[in-house]
Amino acid sequence: MITKRVNIGVIGLTLVLLAGCSTAPEAGKSAAGPKAEAGAKTKLVFIPKSSGNPYFNQVAKGFEGIDGMEIDTQAPTSADATSQLAVIKDQVQRGVNVIVISANSPDALNEALDEATAKGVSVITVDSDLTGNESHRALGILPTDFSKIGPSQVELLGKSIGYEGEIAILSATADAPNQNAWIEGMKKTLSEPKYAKMKLVEVVYGDDDAQKSSTEMESLLSKHPKLRGVISPTSVGLAAAAQVLENAGVYPGGPKATGPGVVLTGLSTPNQMKKAVAKGVVASFQLWNPADMGAIAAYLGDQIHTKMATYKQGDEVEVPGHGKLKVGPKGVIFAGDLLTFDKANIDQFDY
Amino acid sequence: MKRRELTAFGFLLVVAIGVALREPRFLTPTSIESVLLWLPLILVAAMGQLCVILTGGIDISVGSILAFAGIGTGMVFRAYPSLPVPIAFLIGLMLGLTLGLVNGSLVAVAKLPPLIVTIGTLATFRGLTFLVSKGDQIDSSMLPDGLTSLAHTGLPVGPITISYLLMIALTVAGATAIFLSLSPAGRAIISWGSNPEAAFLCGVNGGKVHWLVYAISGATAGLAGVMYAAKFGFVNPGTAGQSFELTVIAAVAIGGAKLTGGAGTVLGVGLGCLLLSVINVALSLLGIDANWQILAYGVVILVAIIADRLGHRSSLEAAK
Amino acid sequence: MRFSAILLVIAAALAAIFSPRILDIHYLLDKSTLFTGTGLVALAMTLVIISGNIDLSVGSNVALTGCVAAKLLQAGYPPIAVVLLGLLTGTFLGALNGVMVAGFRLPSFLVTLGTMAAYRGAAQAMVGANSVKVPEGFTGIQRQLLALVPAPVVVFIVMAILTGLLLHRTVFGRWVVSIGTNESASRYAGVPVERTKIVTFALAGLMAGLAALMEISQLEVARFDLAKGMELDAITMAVVGGCAITGGKGTIGGTVSALILVMLMKTAMGVANVKAEYQLTAIGVLLLLAVLVSRLDSHQPAKPGKSPTKAA
Repeated sequence: MITKRVNIGVIGLTLVLLAGCSTAPEAGKSAAGPKAEAGAKTKLVFIPKSSGNPYFNQVAKGFEGIDGMEIDTQAPTSADATSQLAVIKDQVQRGVNVIVISANSPDALNEALDEATAKGVSVITVDSDLTGNESHRALGILPTDFSKIGPSQVELLGKSIGYEGEIAILSATADAPNQNAWIEGMKKTLSEPKYAKMKLVEVVYGDDDAQKSSTEMESLLSKHPKLRGVISPTSVGLAAAAQVLENAGVYPGGPKATGPGVVLTGLSTPNQMKKAVAKGVVASFQLWNPADMGAIAAYLGDQIHTKMATYKQGDEVEVPGHGKLKVGPKGVIFAGDLLTFDKANIDQFDY
Repeated sequence: MKRRELTAFGFLLVVAIGVALREPRFLTPTSIESVLLWLPLILVAAMGQLCVILTGGIDISVGSILAFAGIGTGMVFRAYPSLPVPIAFLIGLMLGLTLGLVNGSLVAVAKLPPLIVTIGTLATFRGLTFLVSKGDQIDSSMLPDGLTSLAHTGLPVGPITISYLLMIALTVAGATAIFLSLSPAGRAIISWGSNPEAAFLCGVNGGKVHWLVYAISGATAGLAGVMYAAKFGFVNPGTAGQSFELTVIAAVAIGGAKLTGGAGTVLGVGLGCLLLSVINVALSLLGIDANWQILAYGVVILVAIIADRLGHRSSLEAAK
Repeated sequence: MRFSAILLVIAAALAAIFSPRILDIHYLLDKSTLFTGTGLVALAMTLVIISGNIDLSVGSNVALTGCVAAKLLQAGYPPIAVVLLGLLTGTFLGALNGVMVAGFRLPSFLVTLGTMAAYRGAAQAMVGANSVKVPEGFTGIQRQLLALVPAPVVVFIVMAILTGLLLHRTVFGRWVVSIGTNESASRYAGVPVERTKIVTFALAGLMAGLAALMEISQLEVARFDLAKGMELDAITMAVVGGCAITGGKGTIGGTVSALILVMLMKTAMGVANVKAEYQLTAIGVLLLLAVLVSRLDSHQPAKPGKSPTKAA
């Protein structure tokens, strides 16, 4: 009994202590917004979808060499929709000026981001945008014109299989806004006459998890013996699928290929695919340079914060090192062009 | 003991036949090889888990140990690409063993409950993996070809190839079986699990037994980490091995090992691993939404333990 | 219990020194709404652990109940009905655990391992990988303030008091403690062991249901991966708060102070820009330390127990 009373006493004491050391100075600081921080370095935090993903590490590379800003990366340990909430709140409390985020969910973060904006923090999304909820952020930096990705991927695959045969798609999570946009684009492209002889038999989801992606790829191979091609527009999926293809030996020219083999392509970072390309498991794939997005987001974030710049649709922005970029509808900016990697050029890249 | 294996075998038959009837493509070499590709990882770690469970304990940190060993091995090869491939297994084993000893000391020396210890180490080891890898994953370009080829080269048996990875796993399983049944240490493990007081009176050192089993569990998880790298071609510090412990424990449970300790065989657990691999492949094959996979695991575990209990009504021991 | 209290004071002091920005009562109250779900579950977990069992399925229970509730709301059921149905669902799922543990005499660790997967899997099967949107009228519970305190925190405080009274002041509470201390003796003494156990699990489910309702209101969506890892946090809080994992010992006050401790730690680390993985490690180490200290504290010779929740 005595110890229990001591316990409650301690809790009470702590709460009083915390409450006492409280609010006025903090409230003042956080509500003041950019002007109050003039002269201080802009604090930026990058919140990727999850940690340990080379793709986002590459985005962060775009921050290198930028002076005059304090940039940190804080990733949640898993890519579920709500994992970024606590990070956002903590960072706002910490006093960041700009949040650059790759959203795990198009809508679960709305409220937290609104709170941040109300406190004077600018929010910019990179790579994965708040589809349908764009009003909750200032700008969206997307890697490349999304509407071009679907058609490019289909064309890349089509060329390799003579525009004929059964194909499948191995995606990431069913919820990811960017994946869904690209898949829609692919389906639309497939309905064109040029691709009339190519048939999409299945779309499976690997959840950006190595194990799941592998299982899904294996089952694609089992379920569709006549499968000619697979598109995996996600680096985890493509890497896992490439390994499965190598293990199964059914890539074009592979030891167990019956007929022309299964062609695999998609989106991934060059480093992850170097071996696969060298061995001929994957002939070519595409990506952009994620670092472009990082650099652009950081620059624009700084501009918004220090110069209270605003960007509306139709504006043209000059970003040092990246030329003139146009602000499109819903505040979307495309960072660059799609690059195709194959045996000829892959060794030139290191990311 | 034969009973347990029979149940596991029965399960396996039922599921396999059921799947094959529904989806004849299950019996193609491609599918069978998929199943056989999954097996080594689960089998190896399940052997270690079996030893732990035989003593009445549990090790839920195996997923994090797997990740640590996978990353560690990858990092070594990234720095010294010309090391011979077999060294990879040695490194993975050592790394896993070290972490296993941490678990062992907490359980044996500090006398802390295994469940809580391994909950704590699950988080700690995962953090350690991140620390060591600096958040970067190990890519296929950092792993030697010789390692990844182990997943698809091996002995051809008809249209199917028995991969070297599988052979390694089977060797480990065989060694475990011999260890448990023939060596004094192995028998000490089982006797401690079935009746600690009696074992103590017979001179079995409980502390040493615990050191041993957690070390074994860690070592086999480490091996699994190397196999993971070989099979997937890359290791991500955050996601590698996540939920792996669920699969491994499920395999041991289905394999008929008494989860309160004292009973269990390698054969039974092996069959359990096979069953889980089959389920893994079958779900995708049958077009069952992969979303049902976790549900399937849960149901399987529940069915296994209920069936086990119904078969062994001898329980005055307070169910914990 | 004393351990967590001491730690709490130290942590508060350290937080004040290293992360001064954390000492903002508005921020702390706002942040605490992210922890109320876990807190509720930890309260019930305390009861379960004291009675000598464990419940690994609470997180999955929250997820499943949350998804069910969100779907009901979408289908147009009135909020009151959904609240009732949600609580009922959670309680039912919890009671299922209880029946399997008490009725079939199965080890709670295993049963709840299975239901952890089963419930989460059912949620996944129900909603897939999609978010189920929660209609406007049900959202934003954390914005409802009662005397400047967010509603979820109020709910938690009320439940903490009620649970504390239940454990420390009722016959039922004494039954729980006695079952955890010595089950067979309790049985001989006339304690309704099976029924009590089922009730503890049902309570855990009830708390999970309540937590689920609050979570989906705060997040405005329900997903199958809701409350992932919540059970581990709850267990950590209970154990750090002084519950002996073997049963028989523990207080609600201890759990609450452990809750505040964990919240403080995580928040301070977040504001101090500590990476998420290291936060995970810190909590893991905290747990190990807490168990170590309680082992040293209790002067009990380690009985060679045979279950994973007992010491070796």
